[in-house]
Amino acid sequence: MRSRFQQGLDELKEKLLRMGGLAEQSIDRATEAYRTRDAKFCQMVFTSEADINESERVIDELALDLLAMQQPMAVDLRFILAVVKINADLERVGDQAVNIAQRVLDLISEPEVPLPVDIPRMAASVTTMVQRALESFLDGKAEIAEAVLQMDNVVDRMKDEAFVVLVQKMMSDPHVTRAALNELLIARNLERIADHATNIAEDVIFWVRGADVRHGGAHYRS
Amino acid sequence: MLKKPGDASTLKLSLWRRGMNQAANAFAIGAAILVIVPLMAIFIYLLIKGVGALNWAFLTQTPKPVGEAGGGMANAIVGSGVILGIASVIGIPMGIGCGIYLAEYGRGRFGDLVRFTADVLNGVPSIVIGIAVYSLIVLRQKHFSAFSGGIALSVMMIPTVARATEEMLLMVPNNVREAALGLGIPKWRTTLSISLRTASAGVITGCMLAFARVAGETAPLLFTAFGNQYWNMNLNQPTAALPLQIFTYAISPFDEWHKQAWAGALILIVMIVAAVAAVRITTSRGALKGAS
Amino acid sequence: MGVGIEVRGLNAWYGKNLALKSIDMTVAANHVTAVIGPSGCGKSTFVRCLNRMHETIPEARAEGLVKVGDMEVYGDGTDPVEIRRRIGMVFQKPNPFPTMSIYDNVAAGLRLNGFRNRKQMDELVERSLKLAALWDEVKDMLHKKSGASLSGGQQQRLCIARSLAVEPEVLLMDEPASALDPISTSKIEELIFQLKQHYTVVIVTHNMQQAARVAEFTGFFLMGSLIEYDKTEKIFTTPADKRTEDYITGRFG
Repeated sequence: MRSRFQQGLDELKEKLLRMGGLAEQSIDRATEAYRTRDAKFCQMVFTSEADINESERVIDELALDLLAMQQPMAVDLRFILAVVKINADLERVGDQAVNIAQRVLDLISEPEVPLPVDIPRMAASVTTMVQRALESFLDGKAEIAEAVLQMDNVVDRMKDEAFVVLVQKMMSDPHVTRAALNELLIARNLERIADHATNIAEDVIFWVRGADVRHGGAHYRS
Repeated sequence: MLKKPGDASTLKLSLWRRGMNQAANAFAIGAAILVIVPLMAIFIYLLIKGVGALNWAFLTQTPKPVGEAGGGMANAIVGSGVILGIASVIGIPMGIGCGIYLAEYGRGRFGDLVRFTADVLNGVPSIVIGIAVYSLIVLRQKHFSAFSGGIALSVMMIPTVARATEEMLLMVPNNVREAALGLGIPKWRTTLSISLRTASAGVITGCMLAFARVAGETAPLLFTAFGNQYWNMNLNQPTAALPLQIFTYAISPFDEWHKQAWAGALILIVMIVAAVAAVRITTSRGALKGAS
Repeated sequence: MGVGIEVRGLNAWYGKNLALKSIDMTVAANHVTAVIGPSGCGKSTFVRCLNRMHETIPEARAEGLVKVGDMEVYGDGTDPVEIRRRIGMVFQKPNPFPTMSIYDNVAAGLRLNGFRNRKQMDELVERSLKLAALWDEVKDMLHKKSGASLSGGQQQRLCIARSLAVEPEVLLMDEPASALDPISTSKIEELIFQLKQHYTVVIVTHNMQQAARVAEFTGFFLMGSLIEYDKTEKIFTTPADKRTEDYITGRFG
């Protein structure tokens, strides 16, 4: 019985990592679309959205079956619970990538406006966070997950700076408002992706250590 | 290699099997009949031979002196009842007590010794037991008595009752005892009120077997109760008993007495059957639906 | 009302074989505590030491401090029979007294301890059968049907009623539902949950889901030692010891 259960757990992990790969890819493509101002990358993001949603459905179903059939306990139970939550976060990441792609499409439709904000740099940080979070899940290493939690502050600061700078620019030069707003929204979407990466890291810590580290605290069962 | 049904060889095989089955059934039924037939034959023969001499006088009068006609075995009937009563009162409790010891406490060397002794005692000839009781009690008291007759018979009852009690108690599943102990019932009470009660059907059967066996014993009574022509209500005096009376009359040269011996034998059998039936009826009336 | 049980340094032997190794455990009053572990780990032995049933097996003995309420189970001069009156036990295979009616079964503990008052006995029998959730099913045939004629699940509830009739403070249950079908099992589990209001319950089970459903505290035994003892939720979500985790996730045992 254990081996059949183990197969189920392995399958869950594999599917989740694949979905993570799809999400990472979407972020990359959206970023590339912004950099190159090429609409074909946006199109790719829209296309793979269906794949990501289907993955979410399949993973939830498999998790439900394992819970019902195998009555998992302790670490196995925590693992499945973590998978279900990470599943939801990855799907949101996919949604955010789509949002970014839509903003890029709008940017592309207008002439390029130079703005004092470094979206690619922010995107790079966010991509790293997502990568590390998925890596911590792959290896079951809570230390890597903890490192991800630290990076969230950096991204938050980047978003706040972008806000200040872009608002100033909009007030001083109303012609750039449309482009500025798009870039602000892209920055916000990136910040949201970073939040999801943080959630994933917290879920990994819960799985591996049994500690609930959400909302800044650390709760171990007494 | 299983043969398929419908094969010619499987058909032969199944016919052979069925034939063997029926043969075995017939054998079993035949054996059972073979057991009942002699018993029925004896009973019917006794009935034929003895019923002629059975009359009211037989059942109420004491034997008449040699030569005179008439008379009966009333004193022997009552005497047998008394002696068997004494034997049961002594033998059954002791036998059950011994059986309880063997089943519940007798796992060591002493238990084995007791078991061995009981088995040996079972095989001792009844006349030897009679002689033993004669030397131990009758000689000391310098007279025969119903009491010593009862003791001799009780000695013969004890091994049967003890072994039956032991066997039936051992058949009581241990979890029933555990249930009682778990309720805080002391071990002695568990043994008496739970184990013995559960085994009671078998124990009673053992007692009845012992009773039926000693009811017809003549040899032990020869030197202990000795027999008596007259009524005797004193337990410390020689007392008449049916087997003794039957024996005396049967080896006599008188036809009249022979007829009375047959009647006596018939009465003895009837007494035993009645006693066993009475016990069965009274114990089954208390049984519950579904009780094993 | 139930009482707590304090166990310190309990050792138990079968002949020369040390089956329980210095067990320390505190059982909370009016709660259900489960004892789990693989076959041969000593969980049944442990529970049978609590009411001194262990020593009824030839050549078995136990030593150590076991305090039930304020009563020292292994104290000098303590009568095992008295202990067993205050600590009831229900066994794996239902064992009603075969020759007795339902009423007599429930009253057996009372009668054989000298209880005589007929009216009070009737009340106690009814109360016990109600507590055991059996009253409605048998109230019309208390004296007519024998204990052995009931179904397996009913028999077990009868045994529970019998144990409750002597008004113990603690109820020990050695795999009480393992011989029963799922519906009877579910009834027994529901019953155990209700019983803890009045009694302290210790239940041995090899079925972890049952322990998870029924018990507030769980102790994991392995090879005669108590490995981990904690709230059930903790044991089954984040056990502290790897051996516990391996057992409950089915990696062994």
